[in-house]
Amino acid sequence: MPETQQKHPEIIISVENLEHSYKDFKAVDGISFSVKKGEIFSFLGPNGAGKSTAINILITLLAKQKGSATVAGFDVTRDPQKVRESIGIVFQDITLDRDMTVWEILEFHGRLYNMPVEERRKRIEELLVLVELAGKRNERTKHLSGGMKRRLEIARGLMTRPRVLFLDEPTIGLDPQTRLKMWDYIKGVNNEGTTIFLTTHYMDEADQLSDRISIIDHGRIVISGRPWELKNTLGRDLIYLETNNNDAAVRVLKGLPSIRDVKVKSKGFVLMVNEDGSKALPMIIDTLRNAGIEISTINLKKPSMDDVFVFYTGREFRDESPAKASFLRAGGR
Amino acid sequence: MKARQRLRSCGPGDGSMQYGFVTIYWRDMIRFVRFKTLLVSSLLQPALWLAFFGIAMSSSFDKLIAGIPATPGVHMIGYLTFMGAGIIAMTTLFTSLFGGIVILFDKNWGLMREILASPMNRNHIIFGIGLSGVTKSFIQAIIIMVFGILIGAAFFSGFSAMQTIIGVVGILAFVGMFALGFLFLSAAIAVSMESPEGLQGVITLLTMPIFFASNALYPIDAFPEILKILSIYNPMTLLITGIRYFAIGPDFIALGKHYQYTQSDILTAYLGLAVFAALTFGLAWWRFQKAVVT
Repeated sequence: MPETQQKHPEIIISVENLEHSYKDFKAVDGISFSVKKGEIFSFLGPNGAGKSTAINILITLLAKQKGSATVAGFDVTRDPQKVRESIGIVFQDITLDRDMTVWEILEFHGRLYNMPVEERRKRIEELLVLVELAGKRNERTKHLSGGMKRRLEIARGLMTRPRVLFLDEPTIGLDPQTRLKMWDYIKGVNNEGTTIFLTTHYMDEADQLSDRISIIDHGRIVISGRPWELKNTLGRDLIYLETNNNDAAVRVLKGLPSIRDVKVKSKGFVLMVNEDGSKALPMIIDTLRNAGIEISTINLKKPSMDDVFVFYTGREFRDESPAKASFLRAGGR
Repeated sequence: MKARQRLRSCGPGDGSMQYGFVTIYWRDMIRFVRFKTLLVSSLLQPALWLAFFGIAMSSSFDKLIAGIPATPGVHMIGYLTFMGAGIIAMTTLFTSLFGGIVILFDKNWGLMREILASPMNRNHIIFGIGLSGVTKSFIQAIIIMVFGILIGAAFFSGFSAMQTIIGVVGILAFVGMFALGFLFLSAAIAVSMESPEGLQGVITLLTMPIFFASNALYPIDAFPEILKILSIYNPMTLLITGIRYFAIGPDFIALGKHYQYTQSDILTAYLGLAVFAALTFGLAWWRFQKAVVT
């Protein structure tokens, strides 16, 4: 259906108090959020946080138990067919028939969605160019590299010109260069006007790609916001300190106006400072020295998405991504 | 086919949505042609059955029944011709029961999610798989008929050209309806199961009684009463009755037993197969509505 360009942000996914349990286990425990038309929205959380359950409800593969969810203006329970027609999906695992060719995969998808033949064929050619697989059209998918398979799946997700593209862990198992390339494709698709709903457990992916992020853990949304907003909630900078008397140091520093919060670790502690860390540092050093506390280690950095995650979920994130180790994660809790 | 018109469709201008099953059929046929080993073995297997089991059994049986005096005016047929009909039926049974396994693979490899998340009505998956299974069974049935005639089975012997055509069409009509019934059953089982091993187990369990409690290899008249009743209502027996009627004729003697079929016998057998297919379709429909694949 033709979309007129609208300037005001329109809500395209709206979820209220969504709950889903498997027997006694609450996989999704009352989440609410909305996604605006044209944005890239991410669910960031560890495996088992409830991301896939939530996405499966939104794409109508799983029946909703409690709460409400609409996608592209249609209720997922009352109008699943309409929702299905409006969305494209890239599933978490590769879902390509190994013995079909690249062209056949797209042709099959177009037929499944009942696209008229001329439109289908035209769209396949466009997409093969877009994902740089035009030279592979007669190749069976089992002969494609992991990155190519992913690109083909993105092309398939875009076949029907969906209003929302769902990407469930789009770069899982891809090498770093391929991931970067993948991000470019995703941004490109978004620039053409497709709203993107993404789940990921890669901090850097959520940070790099998203307009807005919801951090999800144990089936709940712990915090939502733009990446920089989330990082700003931890203060402008993080300062890690080890001293000869950490308890006393924390007591002394906690009252200072420029210190937003203190997180105690096993060997030291992390200060979240409201001002530029390099400016606050001399003052902090002076304060500790005046209290007779000796500093053995100092480290200063900007908060990362990793830090945000660990701060808000209070737990470590077993992350396979090449992201740098978190300040807040170092040591115990 | 017209019945499909009333199935739920979606969105404006989607009249062609009624043909979603063609898409499923197209894909399954691609797979059939592309898996060379599967293709060759599925075509070769029935011929081998006929060649080894058929020739071995018929040479023994024909010697045993050689002493039975012929009834004048009644067509007497050899064992190879008799059991050839059984081999067509057996091949159709195996192919159809395993026809649903593709659904299980699609489910386990995540391919089914693409289909279930699409706007296509789920019944089309069942119809599509049914249609491709029927196609495979037709190909196999024709191979067995041709190969059977080559090695000496007296199919269509004494038939005029027209009668032969009617015979072939009749056989395919029976094979098709029977195949649908077991394909739907297979699809229903496959969509409910988690592992191919489990499916294999269930299918093996089913094939044994269905095949042996039928008139595929021997007459059922001498069976004990309960087994006889089971055999009479066995879809396999209904199919074989139809095949023999169209391949041999309404009146013949085999293994010393005089077989006589009226047109209403044949019609009843066909209706029985249709009822069976309708029941298994209902079962498959129910299982697909329940199916959650994530």
